[in-house]
Amino acid sequence: MGNNRFLGLAYLAPYLIGLFAFTAIPFIASLYLSFTDYNLISAPKWAGLDNYIDMFTRDRTFKKSLWVTLIYVFTTVPLKLAFALFIAYILNYRLAFINFFRTAYYVPSILGGSIAIAVLWRYIFADAGLVNMFLTSLGFEAVNWFGDPANALFTITLLRMWQFGSAMVIFLAALQSIDKSLYEAAAIDGAGKVRTFFFITLPLITPVIFFNLIMQMVQAFQEFNGPYIITQGGPLKSTYLLPLYIYDEAFKRFDMGYASALAWVLFAIIMVLTVIAFWSSRKWVYYAGDKRS
Amino acid sequence: MDARTTPSDPLFRDDDTQEMLAASRAMAARQLRNERISAIIRYALLTAVGFVMLYPLIWLIGASLKTNSEIFANPGFIPDSPTFDGYVKGWQTSTPYTFAHFFWNTFLIIFPKTLGTAISCTAVAYGFARFDFPGKKILFASLIATLLLPNVVTRIPQYLLFRDLGWLDSFMPLWVPSALAGDAFFVFMLVQFLRAIPRDMEEAARVDGANSFQTLLFIVVPMLAPALISVCLFQFMWTMNDFLGPLIYISSVDKYPVSLALKLSIDTTEAFEWNRILAMSVLALAPALIVFFLAQKYFIEGISTGGVKG
Repeated sequence: MGNNRFLGLAYLAPYLIGLFAFTAIPFIASLYLSFTDYNLISAPKWAGLDNYIDMFTRDRTFKKSLWVTLIYVFTTVPLKLAFALFIAYILNYRLAFINFFRTAYYVPSILGGSIAIAVLWRYIFADAGLVNMFLTSLGFEAVNWFGDPANALFTITLLRMWQFGSAMVIFLAALQSIDKSLYEAAAIDGAGKVRTFFFITLPLITPVIFFNLIMQMVQAFQEFNGPYIITQGGPLKSTYLLPLYIYDEAFKRFDMGYASALAWVLFAIIMVLTVIAFWSSRKWVYYAGDKRS
Repeated sequence: MDARTTPSDPLFRDDDTQEMLAASRAMAARQLRNERISAIIRYALLTAVGFVMLYPLIWLIGASLKTNSEIFANPGFIPDSPTFDGYVKGWQTSTPYTFAHFFWNTFLIIFPKTLGTAISCTAVAYGFARFDFPGKKILFASLIATLLLPNVVTRIPQYLLFRDLGWLDSFMPLWVPSALAGDAFFVFMLVQFLRAIPRDMEEAARVDGANSFQTLLFIVVPMLAPALISVCLFQFMWTMNDFLGPLIYISSVDKYPVSLALKLSIDTTEAFEWNRILAMSVLALAPALIVFFLAQKYFIEGISTGGVKG
């Protein structure tokens, strides 16, 4: 279609401008800045690997923050995905009201990023908040959610688990697309529910699991609103995720060089994990023919 | 399954058939009972989970109408003596502006951002889906790469760029990148959608002498409408909820969007004036909730066809 070979490029013009101005050049610039000392007032000064060396040898905040970030991602993502899949599995059944439930579960995801929800979380998990009121009425002891470094991070994990809806909708769509004759065949062969799930359902939805895994992981590594509003990184930096640290370095202390180096370390971690996921996906992601979803 | 043991099956003798018929009836009864139990368990679980999902929101609305002394005293959501105090006082804020002003600011970001996203992403998706040009493969790969690129990497140089352009403390940094098809996800979603639409109509229009732009405007855009509605709705939601962007770029209170104003009211409201903050939280969530319930079909469809973060 089109007689001019470059006509298509004309339609891409906004993308091309945006790609260079707001993505490609900033991407390279941030790598450059990470090797400099730059405080916004004087010009960037080349510092070689100093930022990175400082980070891994002297900076105890970085070590703490990195550790907290990894714990957060590696608890939140699996818990959220497992929960989303579990609920999608239950919903994938000839149930009346399925649309009602699907909508109800999806609402928290829609509101997800809003800081009003983070505010709500502060109230719900407060010492005399809703959660503790329920716990004490059931005879349990009230939990010090935000004051205790052992619990604070988990409240943010719970917040993000509460927003399992979008992952669930994607899982549900995948479950609904599975050919019913496979289940009938399995039932004739005498496979129970558990075996059917692990040997038929799970392999068939691995592409979607893979997609959700990557998306949720990239997102979890960049969590900012939750800890910023709910715990301000505390107590004792137990919720001081790397994006918070980067924000403080860049926009509070205006140490743009060091902040860029931190951002690149975070980026490198995300990249390495994404590459591992892609690489290992050849072994565990199953594509029926070439029908990729 | 008992489909093989039908009485008319010539492989079975009569007495066998009687026995098997009885057995299969028992089995069918057992299956029905199992299915019923299974359905009951499913409904019980779904209802319990639904309760946990929605109760915080219901409580929030109820608590915003409670007096401050009642908020932490009573886990129910129905206020003993409902009061609009929180709304009235919260709306005034501790600044010279009311929340109406902050809602207006949010609108001033959302409007150009959503419109710009819809126009630019449509054009770019059309270019990718319907044309061949040099470098197409690399450019499409760059789109996927952008999709996976964490914003955290480009944030600092973008800030420096906007500073040099003199855009700090204006709404420009918040919507201009999106208006240049900066949200790769939406382009990708529209490309997928376009690829699934047959080209017959477009080719017919071309034969009739329409140029590619007329074809886009009069043939493609109407067919893309449902996908475009999804794009606009998601952009609306995400912009309504965006906090980090305004936090970095907006510094004067008179330009605060709702998200920053809410954060400000947490910081400045006296420690025990809880219902003001809860009331303003309800209002901050209201536009997104209303839009979602009016148009939920488009959200669910958008998310299951494209796959969305959230």
